[in-house]
This record gives sequence, C-alpha cells and structure tokens, in this order.
Amino acid sequence: MDLSDAKKIVILGGGQAGAQAIQSLRMGGYEGAITLIGDEPSLPYQRPPLSKAYMKGEFAEERLFFKPAAWYEDNNVELILSTPATRIDRKNQTIEMAHGAHVEYDALVIATGSRPRSLPLEGANLENVHDLRGLSDVERIQPQMIEGRNIVIIGAGYIGLEAAAVARQMGLSATVLEMAPRVLARVTSPVMSEFYEAEHRRQGVDIRTNARLARLEGKDGKVTAAILEDGTSLPADLVLVGIGILPNEELANEAGIACNNGILVDRDARTSDPRIFAAGDCASRPLVHYGRSSRLESVHNAIEQGKLAAAAILGKPRPPEDCPWFWSDQYDLKLQIAGLSQGYDQIVLRGSPEERKFAAFYLKNGTLIAVDAVNSAPEFLASKKLIMMGAKVEPDTLSDTTVSMKDIAAAAAA
Amino acid sequence: MAKITYVDHDGTERVVEAKNGETVMEAAVKNSIPGIDADCGGACACATCHVYVDQAFMDKVGEQQEMEKSMLDFAENVQENSRLSCQITISDELDGLRVTTPESQH
Repeated sequence: MDLSDAKKIVILGGGQAGAQAIQSLRMGGYEGAITLIGDEPSLPYQRPPLSKAYMKGEFAEERLFFKPAAWYEDNNVELILSTPATRIDRKNQTIEMAHGAHVEYDALVIATGSRPRSLPLEGANLENVHDLRGLSDVERIQPQMIEGRNIVIIGAGYIGLEAAAVARQMGLSATVLEMAPRVLARVTSPVMSEFYEAEHRRQGVDIRTNARLARLEGKDGKVTAAILEDGTSLPADLVLVGIGILPNEELANEAGIACNNGILVDRDARTSDPRIFAAGDCASRPLVHYGRSSRLESVHNAIEQGKLAAAAILGKPRPPEDCPWFWSDQYDLKLQIAGLSQGYDQIVLRGSPEERKFAAFYLKNGTLIAVDAVNSAPEFLASKKLIMMGAKVEPDTLSDTTVSMKDIAAAAAA
Repeated sequence: MAKITYVDHDGTERVVEAKNGETVMEAAVKNSIPGIDADCGGACACATCHVYVDQAFMDKVGEQQEMEKSMLDFAENVQENSRLSCQITISDELDGLRVTTPESQH
C-alpha cells in the first residue's frame, strides 16, 4: 500500500523505536501531523543507562532524553503522554485512549515495547520488590541503593548482572539468584557464563545458580528476605526482579493484527494491516542473515525498525539491515555482541579471559554467526561485517592474535 | 556552554549551543544534526558518531581511550583528526569548536 500521501501518522509508544520513527519521518521530509501517544509521563528517553551509569548516579537525567521538549514543538510533534492507548480501531483508523478521546491515523507505528515478566511467587507484591524497566523504576530503586544494604537480584540475565555490578560499586551486598545452572544461560555460551560468573564472584557478588526461589518474606508490608526451596533465608532490603520481558502486543492482537510472540512484521516493519507498522521489542521481524523471524530486545533493533517503518511509510528505499547487535557494561568490562549464537556447532576463542580481553566466536558449518567480544572492539566490528557477508572463516585464523581482525575481514571481503 | 559548529560533508554549517557535561554527539542528536547517527546512544559501542575535529581544537578535545581507538580503526575514511563525538565532553574550553561529519557513518 502506498502511504506516501499520509497526512496523519500516529506513533504508539515513546521508547527508542517510537522516537526513531518520529525522527526519521521528519528527517525524511514528512510534513504532516505526527502524534505520539505514550503511557509514561516523561519525554522519550533511552533505557540502556537505567541499569548502568544512570542507576549509579553518574549520568544526569536530562541526558537520557533523546530530544528536549522544544524539539517536539519546533518539529510540530504532538505529545500525548501519561496516556495509555486502549484500542486500535482499524475500521475507522483511530486510536482510542484511556481518557475517552481518540486520534485518527493514515499510518500507525506500534512501538509499545515490552514489560518485565512478573514473579509468580508469594511476596512479589511486597514493598521494595522492583522491576527495572523505566525511569520511574529507577526513581524507586535508587534511593534504596545505600552502602551496606542487602540487594537480592532474581535472574542472572544482562539486567540482573548489570544491576549487580552497580550495586557492588555502590557498596551494597548483592546476591543473584538464577534458576538455570549458569548465568546468562538464555543468551550465551558456557564459556562466557563462566567468565562472568567468576568476575561477579571476584567482585563480591554472591551468585547462586540452580537456585529455586520459594517466596519472598516481609514485615509490615516490606520485603525482608528471599526464601529458597531448601529453606535458605537470604536477607533482603530490596529485591530486583529481572526474569525476562514480554512483548506488549495485546492492542495489536485485540485488533486482529497477526501476532505470535510479538507483532508479526515483514522486512519493512509492516504488520498484517498495510497501514500499520510495528517496531522494537514488541515486533517479531524477519532476520535476513539467519533465515528466520524473531523478536529482538535491543537498541539496534528498535532504531533499525523505526527507520524501516518511516522509510516504508514515506515510500523511500529500505534502509540497510544490520546483523543484530547488543552491548552490556559490567564493571570495567564492555561486552559487545554481534549476531545470534543460537545453533552454533563450534566456539573459537581469541585472546585470553585472564587478561579480561577476549572474544568467543560462534560458527555453524564453518560460517561465523555470532561473537561475544569482551573489551575487544575490533573483534566485534570485524565480526559484524563477516556475519553480514555470511563469511566462512578458518578457526585457526580467528584464534591467531597475530593476524589482525581488520585483515581477516579484508581477506573475507576479497 | 560552548558554541559548536557542525559542518556536513558538503559544507553546510549548523551552529549549536551545547551544555557543559554533555558530549559533542549528544548536542548533535538533540539538535537533529544530520550525519551523526549515534546508534548506541553514547556507550562507545557502535562507531556511528565519527567526526573530524578542527585542527585548532585537537589538543583541547582530550586523549582517545583505547576502546575509541580500536572502534575508529573500523570506521570509513579515518583521518588523524578523527574522533568519536560521544567521547568528547563539552566544556567552556571547547567554545568555538568545529567538527565535520563524514559522508557516511556506515
């Protein structure tokens, strides 16, 4: 469907993907109406620092915002904040909002993001039990991050481990509970899990894998302890739950838009309704380098799909699709990830974990499909290129630190 | 506060008032300066905020850290005055800074 004569574009959700779509529409020359409907009270902001520098208090709040308020005015973007959308009426092409009003659209971008999976256990609703997703969460958590206090973190994914690093750096005593036999089990290989587990232990984090949490215990409505199934009681002044996220796909689903663990979109971020696009955490997209579709929970994905949706609406050529990439900051370790390692049949290490500077390459049938690079930017950047080329690289070459990554990438491109 | 001039690859100049403490990248993004993508939001994770720093300011913009150096090594059209703008923090001293953006960040 040609939408290039669209006059009214609505963006649902003010996260990274929504903000990018707005920016790309205006940069792309679109002059019609743009309305952003978001349920949070603040201007669109970036989330990554929330579990990192911002949580530590090292990052001023105003730096979180993508644009100052004046930008939206200057660019004629109407902001409807603190307002949940309640229904997508596809027949009349309107969005209904909680306070009863509605907004019309010629084209709609759903960028509703995701929400933390909640803890299905007794005590989950006690005071000082937190999720970490939005600015308001950090506003609740941060005043409690006081030296000497006990924080119990449930889930050893990136959010949990980043928060554990911040907690230790702020002088809290930190315990991380993980159901799986290793940390980061869902996202990376045993060699990386082992490295991060050892690092957190060295930094004084009490990491407990294979941990079965039974319930949270409280006094006067406030959490006081995490109780494991074996009876172990771990004192807790605050608890952080980081056990994964769920896509906010309900509005799309209820409107009859095709969903399957995410709103299904094509390479242009277009849903089963040709006037409606979905971008970011809430969307399940084709992964062109992997021949399958999936949700991706990342900044790169949100930005790219925001750009894809804007380009498709404006009838512009499709912007480039990168291989997925991610990063995580813990202590002085910068982890940069390119590609998706699921399904690898070989791991090749380069550099040395002891020196805190190494990379794990993941190959499948000899083709590089992903890398986890710790303090190793060249390994990350070269791998991005190699993955997008679908390059086969000799394991012996990858592990040989006397051959530069630049040369490896150049040889593959030749 | 510092006035920063962003020059794009075809010579168009845009002047921005930047606040102390924010980075040259952030000031660009907040003012929709074209040519600076900054896909990671300043985490030194993506190398898409590459700029060329005016020679007169090379000694005022600070030293490159190792991470920035190796990220830049993979950028296109790198020169000796290449920097990642997310790694340059604004101060009064940078008033009048001119940076030029490359033709492409990818």
